[in-house]
Amino acid sequence: MQRFAELLDRLVLTASRNAKLKLMTDYLRSTPDPDRGYALAAITGDLSFTGVKPGVLRALGAERIDPVLFAYSYDYVGDLAETLSLVWPGGEENSGGGPPLAQVVDTLAAASRSDAPAILAALLDELDIPARFAVIKLVTGGLRIGVSARLAKQALAGLGDIDVSEIEEIWHGIEAPYEALFAWLEGKGDKPEESAAALFRPVMLAHPLAENDREKLDPADYAAEWKWDGIRVQVTAEAGVRRIYSRTGDDVSGAFPDLVEAVTFDGTIDGELLVGTPPHETGSFSDLQQRLNRKTVSAKMQARYPAFVRCYDLLRAGEEDLRAMPFAQRRERLADFVTGLDASRFDLSPLVTFETFEELESLRQSPPHPVIEGIMLKRWDSTYAAGRPKGPWFKWKRDPFLVDAVLMYAQRGHGKRSSFYSDYTFGVWTGPENAPELVPVGKAYFGFTDDELKQIDKYVRDNTVERFGPVRSVRAEPGHGLVLEVAFEGLNRSTRHKSGVAMRFPRISRLRWDKPAGEADRLETLLALLD
Amino acid sequence: MAAAKAFPAAANRYLQAMRPEQLLHTRPEGLFCPLGDFFIDPVRPVERALITHGHSDHARAGHESVLATRETLAIMKLRYGDDFAGTSQAIECGQQVAIGGAKVSFHPAGHVLGSAQIAVEAGGIRIVASGDYKRQKDATSADFEVVPCDVFITEATFGLPVFKHPDAAGEIRRLLASAAAFQERTHLVGAYALGKAQRVIRLLRDAGYDRPVFIHGALEKLCAYYQSEGIELGRLEPATLDNAEGGDFAGEIVVGPPSAFADRWARRFADPVSAFASGWMRIRQRAKQRGVELPLIISDHGDWEELTRTIRDTGAGEVWVTHGREEALVRWCEINGIAARPLNLVGYEDEGD
Repeated sequence: MQRFAELLDRLVLTASRNAKLKLMTDYLRSTPDPDRGYALAAITGDLSFTGVKPGVLRALGAERIDPVLFAYSYDYVGDLAETLSLVWPGGEENSGGGPPLAQVVDTLAAASRSDAPAILAALLDELDIPARFAVIKLVTGGLRIGVSARLAKQALAGLGDIDVSEIEEIWHGIEAPYEALFAWLEGKGDKPEESAAALFRPVMLAHPLAENDREKLDPADYAAEWKWDGIRVQVTAEAGVRRIYSRTGDDVSGAFPDLVEAVTFDGTIDGELLVGTPPHETGSFSDLQQRLNRKTVSAKMQARYPAFVRCYDLLRAGEEDLRAMPFAQRRERLADFVTGLDASRFDLSPLVTFETFEELESLRQSPPHPVIEGIMLKRWDSTYAAGRPKGPWFKWKRDPFLVDAVLMYAQRGHGKRSSFYSDYTFGVWTGPENAPELVPVGKAYFGFTDDELKQIDKYVRDNTVERFGPVRSVRAEPGHGLVLEVAFEGLNRSTRHKSGVAMRFPRISRLRWDKPAGEADRLETLLALLD
Repeated sequence: MAAAKAFPAAANRYLQAMRPEQLLHTRPEGLFCPLGDFFIDPVRPVERALITHGHSDHARAGHESVLATRETLAIMKLRYGDDFAGTSQAIECGQQVAIGGAKVSFHPAGHVLGSAQIAVEAGGIRIVASGDYKRQKDATSADFEVVPCDVFITEATFGLPVFKHPDAAGEIRRLLASAAAFQERTHLVGAYALGKAQRVIRLLRDAGYDRPVFIHGALEKLCAYYQSEGIELGRLEPATLDNAEGGDFAGEIVVGPPSAFADRWARRFADPVSAFASGWMRIRQRAKQRGVELPLIISDHGDWEELTRTIRDTGAGEVWVTHGREEALVRWCEINGIAARPLNLVGYEDEGD
C-alpha cells in the first residue's frame, strides 16, 4: 500500500510525461501481483467501490478530533481527503507496514453502503498518512493525479516493449488484477485471449499532410473525405453487447444512451460522433460539448442535442473482419451497411471528388459546412492498420484561426522550464475605443522556440507589475505590451470565462515585437467567429 | 482576617507575586523586559538585545549590545560583518546572569546551531521564550531542553493538527531513491541557508551518501562554519559551471536556497527534479503551487505533536502563542485547561522553514 501511495504522490506533482511513464513503469516492474494490477486499475479508473460521501468523511473526522480544530485544519488544507488523512490519530508507527493494496481493495470491495464508514475507519487506523490519503481518494472516487488511462497503458506497454494498441485491443476483455496480462508482457505467458464480446479495436490514425508530401503523392491513389469536427468513436456490437468507445478505447456508452439504443447491427463502425439531425443538420463542437463528460443525460438534453455517427469505415460485419481489405472495398461495404441503419443516428461520410491537389486545396479553404475542420486523404488500397502508419492516411486541416493578443500574465513552468516564465495568459481589447481594457481569452505554453522562450522570459522579468506566487502580471497597456500572434483551432462559448469565449488548442504562432499593443485584436473579432 | 484588611488590594497582589505581563510584554520593537531593560529578538535596533538564534528575522544587525550563544554571535558576524552590533557578549547554555532586576538563562532549542530558549525570572515567576524550536533529533543542533516554567511563550509555525513531520531520515531515503531512479536528472534540493541546508547534507551523509554534494554560493560560509564547529558534512563542491563534469550535473544532488530555483541560476542543471525540504511540504497544494516535484518534509520547527507535548512538558499554567497559526494552539490549550492567548508580535516570518 505504501508504494502505491508514494507512486500517487509522485505522479500528482510530476509534470513531464516521460517522467510519469518512468515512475509507472518502474512501479509495475518492481511490484508483485496482484498489487500492481489493482494499482493499474485504480489509475485507469477501472476500480470502483461503494461510494463514500464527503459527509461521511466529515463525520469520521468529528469523532476523532475537536470540530473547531478540524475546521481550522480543513480551512487551511482545502481538500477534505487530505485533511482527514493528516488529522487522523496515529499513523507514524504504521509507516512502511500496513496491509498490501490487494487486501485493501478486497476489504473495500466487500463493504456495503451501511458498513463502509466503519470499514474505512478500521482501515485508516492501520495505515500511515500517504496511504490513508490514497485510500480515501479510492473510496471517494477520482484520483485526479493527472494521468490518463491511455498513459497508464502506455507505461504498461513499456514493460514488454510492445505497442500500446495491443493492450487497448484486449483491455475491455480482461479484469483486475490482470495477472495473465503481466505474465504475457514479461514473456512468461501467452497473450490473453480476446474472450469478451464487443471489444475495442485499435484505431487507425493519420499523419498531418506536410507541404512537401503533396508533391510525392498521386491524387489518383487517394480518396478524400471531409474531416468532421466531433469526436472520433468506434461503435461496436456483438452478441448483444453494444459499446461506444473513444479513440483511446475508453467506454463512453453511458453518455449516449440515445445512440446505443439505435445500434441494431452486429459489427464495428469507425466514425465521428456529432450532434444534430443528419444529413442536413450538424451541430457545432460547442453543441457536442453539452453531451460530453456527463454521467447522466437528461431526456431534454437528448432531445435538444441528439447524437449521431457519421460513418468513416467498417472494421467488422458479423463474423467477418474487414480490416485487411483495401479501403475502396471497405468503403463499398460500409455504404451498404449504413443503408440498413437508423438514418437519424448513422449516416455515411460523403467522399469529396477531386482531380488535383490544387482543386482540393480550394475546397479545404472554403468547406461547404462550418463543422468541417479539414480534409482526410486515404489511399484507396490502404488496409485498416492500428496506430499511425506514415503514408496510407493523411489529415489536411483547415488553416488555424489567428488572433493578435497581448501578454497579460506569465507563470513559471515545471521541470526543465521551472526557471522560465513559460505559461502565458493573453487577452484582447474590449470596452470603448478611447479607454480599452484587456480581457483574458486564453492560455498557451507552447508554439515558441527555446530562443523565443528566453526572450519572452526576459521580457516578463523586465516588465513585471505584480507577483502572485509563481505568477507575474506583465505590463500591458495600449502604449506598452507584448503582442503574441495566437493560433487556435476553434472557439467555444464559455460561461466560465469573463470574455465569454474559450479557445481550442491555442498556441503561440509568432511573437509580434513589431506590433504596438494598442493594435492587437478586439474581442468583437473573436465573437464574430462564434456564429 | 484583620491583618489582610490592613493592606490595599493592589499592594497585596504586588507583594504576593508579580504579574507575568510585568516581567515581559510586547512593544513595537519586540518582547520587552522592563526590569532588565532588554528586548528578546527585537525587530528594530535597540539598546540591549537578547537573541535566540541566527535566522535573520530574529537576529538583526544594529543593536547597541547583544547577548546570545557563542554560535549565534558567530553566525551574526558571518551574515552582517564584524560590526553587527556595538558590543556583544556570549552566554553558555545553562549559565544564569542577572540583568537589572531580572535573572536570565539560555537553554538549547534544537532549532539550528546555537539556537536557544531564553528563560527570564523575577519575583518568583519564570517565563520561557522559546524562540523557534523542534524536538526531532538533529545531528547539527543541540537537543531541545525542557525548562519548567510558569509562562511558556511558544512559536506556532506549524500550529495545526495537520502538521505531522515524519522521520527526516525517511525523507532522505525518498530523495536517494529518486536520485537512483532518475540518474539522468539533477536533484535540486531547496533548503534555507542556515540550518536546513546543513541538516539535509548531514542526513545524506548519515544515510551513507558519499558523493560530493554541490552547493549554491549562498550556502558556502555557513556550511564552512558548521564544519569548523565539528559537524561533519563530507565533501562539498560549489555548483558552478566549471565544476560540472558532464556539463550539467546529471545524477548529482545540488543544495541551494529555494529562491535560487526560480532564478536563472537553475538553468545549468539537467532536467532538474525540484525538491524542497520544508515542513510546508506536508500539504500537497503547497508543493504544487511552488512547482515542487519531490517534497521532503524536513522542518526545523516542531510539528503539532511536538508543540503540544512541549507545552505539557514545561508544566506552564499559561501559554502565549506567537508567530504562526496561533488560534489552533490557543484552542488546544483551552480544551486542555491551560490559559492561553495569542501574543501579537510583528515582524517575524511565519512562513520560513
